[in-house]
Amino acid sequence: MSTTDALPRRRIRPPEVRRRRAISLSIGLVLLVGALSTAFPLAWMVAGSFKPQREAIDFPPTLLPQEPTLANYLRLFTELDFGRYLGNTVIIVLIGGFGLLFMAMAGYGFAKFRFRGKGALFFLVLATLMIPVQVTMIPTYLILNGMKLTNTLLGVALPTLVSGFGVFLFRQFMSTIPDEVLEAARVDGAGEVRTFFQIVLPMSKPILAVQAVLAFITGWNSFLWPLIIASDQKLYTLSVGLSLLNQQLAVDPALQMAAASVMVVPVLLVFVVFQRYVVQGFALSGLK
Amino acid sequence: MRRATLVPYLFVTPAMVLLLAFGVLPIGVAAVVSTTDMNISGLANWSNVEFIGVGNYVALAADPDFWRALGNTGLFVVVGVPAIVILSLAVALLLERSGGRLARALRSFYFVPAVTGIVAISLVWGYLYNTQFGLFNYLLSLVGIEQVQWLSDPWLAKFSVALVAIWRGTGLNIIIFLAALQGIPREYREAAALDGAGEWRTTRSIVLPLLGFAIFFVTVTTTIAWLQFFDEPFVLTDGGPLGATTSMSIFLYKEGFRLNQFGYASAGSLVLFAIIAIITVVQLRLRRRDVDY
Repeated sequence: MSTTDALPRRRIRPPEVRRRRAISLSIGLVLLVGALSTAFPLAWMVAGSFKPQREAIDFPPTLLPQEPTLANYLRLFTELDFGRYLGNTVIIVLIGGFGLLFMAMAGYGFAKFRFRGKGALFFLVLATLMIPVQVTMIPTYLILNGMKLTNTLLGVALPTLVSGFGVFLFRQFMSTIPDEVLEAARVDGAGEVRTFFQIVLPMSKPILAVQAVLAFITGWNSFLWPLIIASDQKLYTLSVGLSLLNQQLAVDPALQMAAASVMVVPVLLVFVVFQRYVVQGFALSGLK
Repeated sequence: MRRATLVPYLFVTPAMVLLLAFGVLPIGVAAVVSTTDMNISGLANWSNVEFIGVGNYVALAADPDFWRALGNTGLFVVVGVPAIVILSLAVALLLERSGGRLARALRSFYFVPAVTGIVAISLVWGYLYNTQFGLFNYLLSLVGIEQVQWLSDPWLAKFSVALVAIWRGTGLNIIIFLAALQGIPREYREAAALDGAGEWRTTRSIVLPLLGFAIFFVTVTTTIAWLQFFDEPFVLTDGGPLGATTSMSIFLYKEGFRLNQFGYASAGSLVLFAIIAIITVVQLRLRRRDVDY
């Protein structure tokens, strides 16, 4: 190619390039505006939580608190019982850890063993994915009532402790662990339990991380079961305590925003730190 | 793969017991309870429960509240499904097109609503929607529109609660679409560009058809989610005003846990289950008739 060829080309290009630049720029702008308006309610929440009660119902509203205060947060944990709600929520999340272990165990059982009834049991696991919570809501309440577990934190956690989808994901992942690795462990004299805890679980770290983060988020946010099962105020979780705040104190938005922040900000932090796992988990749910 | 004696059963038992107790057994219980007049007195003493056959189902068919809840749910599906699918697809396409550091930084903003707790979020939106001191009405008052009743006007309330769910529902689907977009080989688009197809044309004729399965999947799951719509109206309006935002799930919750009509609510829940199953099967059938790429 000679330089004479390049010259006319260069003359044609600039408007084309400029057009593409303009498109890219406007797309970037649209995305920016969309992102900011998506995140706006959360910023509004945090800003509102630091406003004194009177400022929060000012009209016109102030964008940022004029006299920032921590009074709302103090009230939540002194006048109201949010310390206890927070503790209960943490307990629910911790019980969820057992659910994680159970799902990993079941995933391993289905991935690496042959046994009678395996096909039928795994079909049941998948079948539970299709059943909406509205159908199980009342019978589950009746079952828990029969087990004398209504009004206990265990009862709140049990219905969602294990998900069929979680078992499915563990099975998919653990199927990729080579049999030779497990055989080698057994030849070296490791028992089944030891093989599971010292070989299988460490090798499953990627899927464990994804599921742990998702389990934390669902446990922390869970609303329906605490609402149905915990009728004693001592057992309320953050979400239930928050929904009561909505009904009782309709005219104290600053206090509501503080309570909402107590519930949302920890999840946001987890999301920021473990975003990779959350995104992976959500993308995997696209495989369902 | 190992043949073993009791070992695999020990591994699967804890999870299976829980799944059977809270996933499978409830279906049977619901079916049985739905043929009885079980209520709070039946909870205390089973001898107060009587078999009434299809009585609950007949009563449902004659219950105007049931039909209104069904109608509301239908409206939520018709408005909400296209809104979420189109919005999340558009954002995913734009994010992918933009590609650079900006897009990576902005992505998180779009994902964030999906991980937030609904009760907290409903309080925040309730504050924004507030008639007297809410931000939305302030912004509207700047252009001369006075006192919009976001949550107390029966028609507007439907859209107000749906908007919160749309805000929360797009993040997850954007992630699914982005994952699907990554699966499209670069060469396809390069070939189209070589053939002289513009960006818009490439998106429409190459990318969208290749996203067929993802779009289908998101449509089906979003439809199911809207059919089960519960949290947002429950916290924001408690199904009001005058039942305008009472979805099927809220109707069932109120019958079951406020009025303690366990038998009646169980019958309703099975009807909802049947509706979800039928709509899903119809969607699957329609999909099969489509061309696969």
